[in-house]
Amino acid sequence: MMEQTAKNILDSKQNDVIVEISHLKKTFGSNEVLKDINIKINKGENLVVLGKSGSGKSVLIKCLVGLINPDEGKMIALEKNISELKIDELNSIRKKIGFLFQSGALYDSMTVRENLLFPLRDLKEISKEEKIKLVEEALKNVGLEDTIDKMPSELSGGMRKRLGLARTLILKPEIMLYDEPTTGLDPITSKEISELILEVQKKYNTSSIIITHDMACAKITANRMIVLKEGVIDAEGTFDELEKSEDKWIRSFFE
Amino acid sequence: MNSTVTQLSAKINKAKDALGKLPSKMENQYNVFQIFFVNVANFSIFTGRFFKEMIKPPYEFNELMKQSYLIGYKSLSLVGITGFIMGLVLTIQSRPTLAEFGAESWLPAMISVSIVREIGPVITALICAGKVGSGIGAELASMKVTEQIDAMEVSGTNPFKYVIVTRVLSTTLMLPVLTVFNDVISMFGSFAGVNIKGDVSFHLYFAQAFAQLSFTDVIPSIIKTIFFGLAIGLIACYKGYNSNKGTEGVGEAANSSVVLASLMVFIVDIVAVQITSLFIN
Ligand SMILES: Nc1ncnc2c1ncn2[C@@H]1O[C@H](COP(=O)(O)OP(=O)(O)OP(=O)(O)O)[C@@H](O)[C@H]1O
Ligand SMILES: [Mg+2]
Repeated sequence: MMEQTAKNILDSKQNDVIVEISHLKKTFGSNEVLKDINIKINKGENLVVLGKSGSGKSVLIKCLVGLINPDEGKMIALEKNISELKIDELNSIRKKIGFLFQSGALYDSMTVRENLLFPLRDLKEISKEEKIKLVEEALKNVGLEDTIDKMPSELSGGMRKRLGLARTLILKPEIMLYDEPTTGLDPITSKEISELILEVQKKYNTSSIIITHDMACAKITANRMIVLKEGVIDAEGTFDELEKSEDKWIRSFFE
Repeated sequence: MNSTVTQLSAKINKAKDALGKLPSKMENQYNVFQIFFVNVANFSIFTGRFFKEMIKPPYEFNELMKQSYLIGYKSLSLVGITGFIMGLVLTIQSRPTLAEFGAESWLPAMISVSIVREIGPVITALICAGKVGSGIGAELASMKVTEQIDAMEVSGTNPFKYVIVTRVLSTTLMLPVLTVFNDVISMFGSFAGVNIKGDVSFHLYFAQAFAQLSFTDVIPSIIKTIFFGLAIGLIACYKGYNSNKGTEGVGEAANSSVVLASLMVFIVDIVAVQITSLFIN
């Protein structure tokens, strides 16, 4: 069983807390998106976040990489307090945190190759040949070897999604934030992506937050799940626990 | 410096919110001023940040070259054609007036002075405001909408440096080059215009044209174009970078970039003429 695998991976690791979010609050005008969010993620753990559209899932992970400044709260990632970092320190932390955008966020004016080389551009210790090799390897991981010289606009929606994933994984980050990695993909590719996420977790001991509406993906990847509702965490548990939840609203995610 | 900038923008946002809460009647009266002053303040902060980020290493040299190529080289043909027609038309139009005074031999000198001093720089700047300004405005706005700017930021690259500093510097560097090119082509246009109704040798024409041109004509007008380029780049980048209204904002950013940049070209021109006349009579 797939979720069994995920659990085994976790059990073999010691429980170091790698991300700790406490009392996170974010308001846009009069729209209270996040009210009081508390999350701990252990090293090597995959946390799946569920929640209705507009419940603030994307805002949550954007706060974690400093793209959005929260109103209140403390976020510790890799032993650093994100809100207090100077821009240079923040940038070096960001290199260790991968972020897959919901929209893919590919650079339109660059080829697929240049898109993948972009996160590597500051790395002086890697030679050019090694970088090219990394790019090819990353593309192979998501099955896009043939597109290396294409422009992003020539790719299909699913291919763009996979390219976004390849670009995020190329730096082998310690923390991965996936914003709906499988949305818009067929069930087969979806499963492949979910297994890739699991493989990344296994291989590099990555800790991840995975936002998804895709229960098949959640089932494969989740060690633990939380449900976001009205700005707070409404429920928490493993996939099986939440699937059998008393709350009808939570169960409805699994139908 | 950074913290004062963020503090200042936080204050401005607070003021914006406060003004937003005024009763609706008052709001209408305040709206225009509010938007104007908030924009001026934000633009000043933006400009300050540009200079700060420009000085700070690392420098994005490759991207600067790429942008200069895109902005400069790709505008050459448009600038050239416009310049040629301008020189030609100006000559044909001016000839009858000068002929009335029997001063036709002054034609080359008059045209070259007016082109180099004023028409060349302003026309080139307006063309760039239209072509380059709208391009940058739309490109940046769509990069913002599709989260490409955010993606750069999370991959540890400073998008302000990579995207904005390079583009503003490129327009600043390329506008003088394009202006010189435009001036030269205009003179060829004017030479063609002179020869429609007369027969002036190439050598004689250019000897006459340059006889009246001195460094006090050329240098200030070239320096002026540097500021034209800076204004166009800054305004287009400001409008594009601060657009956050989705796809609709893309068109709006392109549009307002062109309008504001063109207006700014004339404002810079007036200031430049005043300053020049202080030193040179
Ligand atoms: N930059 C912003 N400015 C103002 N409001 C915002 C901004 N970003 C997000 N919001 C608001 O925050 C709320 C949560 O948005 P978010 O993108 O986090 O939703 P989500 O849970 O990711 O939804 P989905 O599943 O549809 O992606 C929405 O109501 C949205 O309008
Ligand atoms: Mg989202």
